[in-house]
Amino acid sequence: MISTDPGASAFLRIEGLTKRFGSFTALDRVDLEIRPREFVCFLGPSGCGKTTLLRAIAGLDAQSEGRIWQAGRDISSLPPAERDFGIVFQSYALFPNLTVRDNVGYGLRSRGQGRAAIDARVAELLDLVGLPDSGRKYPSQLSGGQQQRVALARALATSPGLLLLDEPLSALDARVRARLRHEVKGLQRRLGITTIMVTHDQEEALTMADRIVVMNHGSIEQVGTPRDIYMRPATPFVADFVGTMNFLAGKVDAPGRVMLDGRAIACDTGTIAVGHEVQVCLRPEDVRVRGVVPGDANVLEVEITDMEFLGAFCRAGLAVAPGGGQRLSGDFSSNLIHDLGLAPGQRLSVALPADRLVVYTRG
Amino acid sequence: MARAAVPGPGSARLRPARDEIAMRVLLVVLGLWLVATVALPLWSLLSKSFQDFNGNFVGLANYARYVSTPSLLASFWNSLSIALVTTAIVIPLAFVYAYALTRSCMRWKGLFQALALIPILAPSLLAAIALIYLFGNQGFLKSLLFGNSIYGPLGIVIAQVFYCFPHALMILVTALAMADARLYEAASALGASRTRTFLTVTLPGAKYGVISASFVVFTLVVTDFGIAKVIGGRFNVLATDVYKQVVGQQNFEMGAVVGMMLLLPAVLAFVADRIVQRRQVAVLSARAVPLEPRPSPLRDWILLVYCTTIAALLLTILGVAAWGSLIKFWPYNLTLTLANYEFDKFDASGWSAYFNSLELAAWTAICGTAVVFLGAYLIEKSRGFGAGRAIVQLLAMLPLAVPGLVLGLAYIFFFNARWNPLGFVYATMAILVINTVAHFYTVSHLTAVTALKQLDAEFESVGASLKVPFWTTLWRVTIPVCSPAILDIFVYLFVNAMTTVSAVIFLYSTNSKLASITVVNMDEAGFTAAAAAMAMTIVATSAVVKLVHLALNTLLARTTHAWRRRTR
Ligand SMILES: Nc1ncnc2c1ncn2[C@@H]1O[C@H](COP(=O)(O)OP(=O)(O)OP(=O)(O)O)[C@@H](O)[C@H]1O
Ligand SMILES: [Mg+2]
Repeated sequence: MISTDPGASAFLRIEGLTKRFGSFTALDRVDLEIRPREFVCFLGPSGCGKTTLLRAIAGLDAQSEGRIWQAGRDISSLPPAERDFGIVFQSYALFPNLTVRDNVGYGLRSRGQGRAAIDARVAELLDLVGLPDSGRKYPSQLSGGQQQRVALARALATSPGLLLLDEPLSALDARVRARLRHEVKGLQRRLGITTIMVTHDQEEALTMADRIVVMNHGSIEQVGTPRDIYMRPATPFVADFVGTMNFLAGKVDAPGRVMLDGRAIACDTGTIAVGHEVQVCLRPEDVRVRGVVPGDANVLEVEITDMEFLGAFCRAGLAVAPGGGQRLSGDFSSNLIHDLGLAPGQRLSVALPADRLVVYTRG
Repeated sequence: MARAAVPGPGSARLRPARDEIAMRVLLVVLGLWLVATVALPLWSLLSKSFQDFNGNFVGLANYARYVSTPSLLASFWNSLSIALVTTAIVIPLAFVYAYALTRSCMRWKGLFQALALIPILAPSLLAAIALIYLFGNQGFLKSLLFGNSIYGPLGIVIAQVFYCFPHALMILVTALAMADARLYEAASALGASRTRTFLTVTLPGAKYGVISASFVVFTLVVTDFGIAKVIGGRFNVLATDVYKQVVGQQNFEMGAVVGMMLLLPAVLAFVADRIVQRRQVAVLSARAVPLEPRPSPLRDWILLVYCTTIAALLLTILGVAAWGSLIKFWPYNLTLTLANYEFDKFDASGWSAYFNSLELAAWTAICGTAVVFLGAYLIEKSRGFGAGRAIVQLLAMLPLAVPGLVLGLAYIFFFNARWNPLGFVYATMAILVINTVAHFYTVSHLTAVTALKQLDAEFESVGASLKVPFWTTLWRVTIPVCSPAILDIFVYLFVNAMTTVSAVIFLYSTNSKLASITVVNMDEAGFTAAAAAMAMTIVATSAVVKLVHLALNTLLARTTHAWRRRTR
């Protein structure tokens, strides 16, 4: 056999996965490893292929090329019924004519378990998802959040080795969604079940995932912990897609130094050669104002062009003076604005901390 | 495993699961069934039309003879003109009626809707029989015709209008019921007059409904046999020609040619309708606001008068037939009697024909519903096997384009062929059931598909992920959720099996004679009152079935309302 498992330590291993719809390539040679008991989020803009990848893992839509191993078994060509997963769809797909109890026990009945064993398991699961008293209700008698939890209980009933969630929270309103994030994450941790969740909500991914897989145009841009993804985005796409990012154009002047509108900025230029056009990136919240002395390293003279009130802080539009060629934004707390009396039209010096700057080649 | 032979990360194809294999096998079986009961018979008909009496291929000789026989060719034009005139009358009549039912605040809408559907319960020739009572040689309203005869185009058109009205109405009601209130608000905000709003919003919105209804009526008229048979007199149409060629002159080759001529307009109408409907983009976006008609006393009154008139005319036709079936000897002795219901005095098969009809209707409804629903389920819910599903879907649509008379004729050729191992069903109840299921397949199929499309597409995926076989999900979820549609299909098949004449007229034998056919026979033999009586028996049966349907629907709604209630 050629299929000796090359990813023994990984619970799920995907190799060269490609999916084409006619001439359109929805997934392009995706490689990925997922470790046991890990919570992984697929994050990316609409149409980037997240659902397609999830459905290929489930065997609901066959990939055009590539291999998938789960728990050391080559499952690439197995139909869904012979794979080992539970799934929650965005629509929940609860059976409307069955009670909550029958929905949750749906997969148990055909395994030849006794009535009592099934009832006990269903009760246990309903407890687990916090709906101990809703067993007799029909799905239409539950709120969206409750339906979501029933769908989760049904997917977990057969104790699958892998839990797949396709935008499970997107149909809920913001408050319920925030609460369920914690519940789902807590449940996953308690059960220790390897979980993949598809989402296009970066906040959801950042708060829930152990690792995030950022996707774009059918390819993986970066795989990393939420902290990695946020602090060290591997590509301009990730930098732009996750959180808000300032992009400033410059040119590598010497190793570790970029010229930006005539000012030298110290930053980690990595392996980028001298003379290369680059983009220097910085989060708005990392723009420093307090204790900045003009003439210091990495200090820019800027003019506030506008201020947008966003509740806990203001996002200020800053034009780099003189020239006013480039623009960036900075997040300033209400305290800071009050203390320094910041207002549109004002000039000030801001520092770009070298350890927060990320540099990409441009072109 | 064959898989190991694929080098490297080759193209991956999911090994079909046991479920998938089972579904594909069933799909293939269904496909073969449709080929055997629709496609192959039509092929036999087609080849027959190119053969001479001894079965030798003669090319277009039969067609040449058809075109050069003026009396036959005349029927072709007769059929087309009758169909066009009927369509031109029925569509406006039904449109206004549908408009009243959907867009006005007229009273008793439910009642008017129910009354308008009466003609569906009867064989088409009931209207023709009633017209004979009213305007026939001894009709008491004959003078109203100013010397024109009801036997001929006049009678055919009037009876066809009666028969086609509910068919057009149902389509138009559906088309007019779907309206976006926001369009009307926009029109009135822009200061458009009522007429202008009607012309620019209402009509375009219902355009596809009108086109579809026109094609349906046109096809119904061209292909209907009973009316022209009873009231056509010496005015020949395609449908009666087929019957005469085959049953009268035993000229099967010419019968096949006329059958092909009958198929032609039906197929053209079918194809044209498909092309037009494909252009229809979703009229209703998900965010459309349903239109609530506002009261407008004058309009509502005019529409009430209009609907009352139409409903009264429909009831009159039915009433005349009922009355005619209950009087002793028209027009000389008008005392009431049940003697006309003693059918064995008029036709050898007597009441047994009625029980044969019940048997046919029951078998057709039971087998038909099972086959149609399972078939639609397989086409909609199986995975992969795209080409197979597309072919079966096409086969399921085919019967809509095939007039009953053509299908019946095709069955003669196919099941009588010496080489056919299925020949043993010829002249049995079984062939009548098979034929009737095939005849009414498409409408039932579309009802099932519509219901299945409304289910969450992921039910089957959930079932597979929980390792539950597909038939469990089908049995525990899909069928219960679709039960109203399944009931609709059952009743549709039952009522149509009770009333149909065209296909079965070629296929019955002496032991499987049907009620609807004895109506034709007794009318032919001059026992008009008995024919009316048998027709009324059919109407009564269909009406009872419809009432039971209504009751079951109410019951179903009550027992399942707990979960059918829509939230969000
Ligand atoms: N059955 C199909 N036929 C053709 N194209 C498809 C099909 N399914 C998906 N696609 C295309 O593949 C691409 C990826 O689709 P996919 O559903 O995986 O996106 P997604 O990342 O889940 O997006 P969303 O956030 O909108 O759900 C899309 O461009 C989509 O149009
Ligand atoms: Mg998706």
